[in-house]
Amino acid sequence: MSTGAAAETYSTAMRQGLHGCGVCGLISRPAPGAEEGRCPRCDEELAFRKRASIQRTWAYLLSAAICYVPANLLPVLTTTTATGTDSDTILQGVVLLWSPTGWPLSLIVLVASIMIPSAKILALAYLLVTARRGSIKNNRQRVRLYRMVEFIGRWSMVDVFVDTFTAALIQLQPLMSVSPAPGLLFFAAVVVLTMLAVESFDPRLIWDAASSGEQVHA
Amino acid sequence: MYNRPIVDDSLTVCPHCDLLQRLPDLPPGGSARCPRCNKELWRRRDDSLNRTLAFSLAAAVLYIIANVVPMLGLTIVGRAASTTVLGGVETLWQDGQEIVAVLVMITVIIAPALQIGLMLAIVLGAWRTSAPRWVGTLMRHHPTTRTWSMIEVMMLGVLIALVKIADYATVIPGVALFILGALVFVLAAMQASFDPREVWDKIEWAADGVRHTAGDGRASGAAS
Repeated sequence: MSTGAAAETYSTAMRQGLHGCGVCGLISRPAPGAEEGRCPRCDEELAFRKRASIQRTWAYLLSAAICYVPANLLPVLTTTTATGTDSDTILQGVVLLWSPTGWPLSLIVLVASIMIPSAKILALAYLLVTARRGSIKNNRQRVRLYRMVEFIGRWSMVDVFVDTFTAALIQLQPLMSVSPAPGLLFFAAVVVLTMLAVESFDPRLIWDAASSGEQVHA
Repeated sequence: MYNRPIVDDSLTVCPHCDLLQRLPDLPPGGSARCPRCNKELWRRRDDSLNRTLAFSLAAAVLYIIANVVPMLGLTIVGRAASTTVLGGVETLWQDGQEIVAVLVMITVIIAPALQIGLMLAIVLGAWRTSAPRWVGTLMRHHPTTRTWSMIEVMMLGVLIALVKIADYATVIPGVALFILGALVFVLAAMQASFDPREVWDKIEWAADGVRHTAGDGRASGAAS
């Protein structure tokens, strides 16, 4: 069951000069005039908003976007057989997996490895641009988009695990062996960097423009 | 410098939109959402500590077994090979992919171990009416271990690898594969039965002299 919390005070903690602790949830008041402080319960460093959230998120995001190019162009797996060596990029891996019975898995890899990382980068860029501009439109949708990106991001790691365990198992020299190739590092970097970008983005920035208006509606 | 706490316990701040609001009294299993951004603020758990302890003990046992027995095996023209979870990390390292090897090691071995171990310590430490400060320290770091623990993602990856390899060789799913499948659900149950608010209400405060334990009255007031 779900009950809506009673919003008695239609105001934000920041407008009241209060810090809501992101770790333990305690509400506390910083020393007069201070922007920052420590949570008296859990010792977390508190600020009204995450420090330099937009800049740090951009930094992670741009690094991820740069790594995205070699991640998709360089091979992630090298297969060595008696007849020679063969390297596959992520997209070639998707094509190889495509068969009358294997297509659902192929589709999973396509979505998790190619579509989710690019969608994540675009979604975060959109959130950053609109938060910076002080947009007050589609706030609910934007925070939902943020939560989706947060929830779905880890699944991009799936291709790293596919390649890890394929390589671990197929070590049958000289018959056939599979080993990871340089693209894997860039691909893993994209996943980690976008996860860090999500963590450094402060979703409260989505609402700040609306909250600073006189009438805050719940 | 420590902030001054606001004593009103039912007041809460939405972590996703900063809206200041009052939490209603909830029956066990009930949840409260932010009226502005729909973020779930609190879900009250029934018998949280006992259940979390049971699930984390089960998870610890499954985790240990999953890491010592083979996960995948194959046979091809009379040759056999098998690998454990750690075997995957070793191969990456030997093939010169040290950074990826460390990442895989963190996401499927270290983070899950910490996720289970810290949870066990938190539950045991919070058993008494007032919990020592180190429980709070562990609580601070627990969400990070959860973010980077990716057993469920690895399971999907292993299944895909299995189908891929089945084209060349006969694949033998190992015991660890089934244990890990069970572990995914036990970990989810462990997290779902845990109520962090209940533990935070018992913890000895970091700031000396502000309030040593918050257990007197205000915790039970919010929880009953």
